[in-house]
Amino acid sequence: MRITQGTFSFLPDLTDAEITAQIQYALDNKWPCSVEFTDDPHPRNVYWDMWGLPMFDLADAAGVLAEVNACRKAKPEHYIRLNAYNANYGKQTVALSFIVQRPSDEPGFRLDRQDAHDRTIHYTLHPYAADAPPGRRYNGQQ
Amino acid sequence: MADNEGNGSKQGTKKKKADRWSAGVIPYAEMGYWLPDYEPKDSDVLCAFRITPQPGVPPEEAGAAVAGESSTATWTVVWTDRLTAHETYQAKCYKVDPVPNTEGQYIAYIAYNIDLFEEGSIANLTSSIIGNVFGFKALKALRLEDMRIPLHYVKTFQGPAHGIIMEREYLDKFGRPLLGATTKPKLGLSARNYGRVVYEALRGGLDFTKDDENINSQPFMRWRDRYLYSMEGVNKAIAATGEVKGHYLNVTAGTMEDMYERATFAKEVGTVIIMIDLTIGYTAIQSMAKFARANSLILHLHRAGHGTYTRQKNHGVNFRVIAKWMRLAGVDHIHAGTVVGKLEGDPNATAGYYDTCREMKQPINPVKGIFFDQDWGSMPGMMPVASGGIHAGQMGDLLHYLGEDVVLQFGGGTIGHPMGIAAGAEANRVALEAMIKARNEGRDYRKEAQDILKAAAKKCAALDTALATWGDISFNYESTDMPDVVETPTSV
Repeated sequence: MRITQGTFSFLPDLTDAEITAQIQYALDNKWPCSVEFTDDPHPRNVYWDMWGLPMFDLADAAGVLAEVNACRKAKPEHYIRLNAYNANYGKQTVALSFIVQRPSDEPGFRLDRQDAHDRTIHYTLHPYAADAPPGRRYNGQQ
Repeated sequence: MADNEGNGSKQGTKKKKADRWSAGVIPYAEMGYWLPDYEPKDSDVLCAFRITPQPGVPPEEAGAAVAGESSTATWTVVWTDRLTAHETYQAKCYKVDPVPNTEGQYIAYIAYNIDLFEEGSIANLTSSIIGNVFGFKALKALRLEDMRIPLHYVKTFQGPAHGIIMEREYLDKFGRPLLGATTKPKLGLSARNYGRVVYEALRGGLDFTKDDENINSQPFMRWRDRYLYSMEGVNKAIAATGEVKGHYLNVTAGTMEDMYERATFAKEVGTVIIMIDLTIGYTAIQSMAKFARANSLILHLHRAGHGTYTRQKNHGVNFRVIAKWMRLAGVDHIHAGTVVGKLEGDPNATAGYYDTCREMKQPINPVKGIFFDQDWGSMPGMMPVASGGIHAGQMGDLLHYLGEDVVLQFGGGTIGHPMGIAAGAEANRVALEAMIKARNEGRDYRKEAQDILKAAAKKCAALDTALATWGDISFNYESTDMPDVVETPTSV
């Protein structure tokens, strides 16, 4: 399966040139970018690990892409996403967030159903990859 | 009308101006309801009414009559006014402007002291402002065009249960409009079949599916069964995509007790969002907004019935006012028009509605139909919802007119797809992401929309089929309601 979190998951994976164009859009809006990675794609896993701090003072799209590539090199089988953050009063939240790397195989999720009272069902979502400890998921790659 | 000439809306014996307190009938304007020198206070509630006086009634007297009847006045002088600080409690009509190019219509500006209204009560506010006065005989027609709610009064309301920012963070969806679809056919599906539509639309790529306004608890599908099957569809789609998704479970019912029962069960089965209809009434809406905030449920409002009083230009309440009341009342989503779809919606007027939903400060803007500066303080915005006759082929125009913080709901445009519901959902999602990507790349996405969509469709058979099916469908009828206080070009 293909996890469809993020702004552009229904399009073919973005090339580096396409990623750079999106970074430029963020920087033009004065939105600092940040890179995050995880090997737990559960949709309620909010806090992906930060690849360094948000790049508040970096005005060069190539510099942001370099951080994406450094993260890719260090974490070749992790999910990596690029976030752009809007700190303006009234927003103060993520403005754009899209996946820039996926593991080579995405096994997806198991849906557990627990029968409860009066025909209600308690649903639990379990990423198959999370059966292994963090860092040893997705082909055992870091 | 001879006996009434140049004087007022009240017929019969009239008094001299000096006799303010003599028993009998005097024009409203002479009772203090027309004060052209009045300077509104920052804390006043201000209204702009479109008035159509009866023949022979001067516009200033008609405006004064509206001020009077929507505040302290009755038809005759009452000595008991003198037991009060009546000049404080009297609403004041302070300006009357003729509407350009429309004979017999005027915009009357009226100021109300904040003490006239109970804190945090839309019911109380509206019982005054749109109470008896709308049936007043001296006017042929009356329309409330806009209101300035002073920040002092804004702060007495809860406001949206979560607001746009919290909703996006809760759903983990950023940088693009949200996508939804209303389950169709709106009536008649069994609960099991209904859940199938929910599952297919969500797994295909939508963020939300929706109960329609008239799906409550009918013989063909009772509410509890619908909730159970819908949540099976929602959870299965979450597992298939790894995304947070939701189905607006309509909790509208005949009594508050029934609504609380349904909303409580909706929470128990794990939905992220519930829904109510405008027909439940202002107080019920405020109650459900409290419930939604207390129980982490996003609250969607379907504006069922609004067209009966918002659509005609000379009488009723403009939708921008309803939107203001609903933001105060505390809903998170509100249907606010599409511009390009099958339902009423002039582009400028719709832009004004969307501003009312989303902005923190709205400057006066006659082109958009905004009559006053409005300061929302830090009250969160509502997510406007565009629904009714829209499809993937219109994505460029939709993004242009409606922006990014909006739910685009394609009902027929998802479920009617020839390759199936999931394909319809996929087509919409691909079209949306392609358009956002192109916009961010700096392309003139509106002009190049068809090229952008065609390029995306080369890699997506579902979008290709959607464009072939609906690509050239449009609904080009003239709007019945456009801002007319300044002359402006309109175009679609």
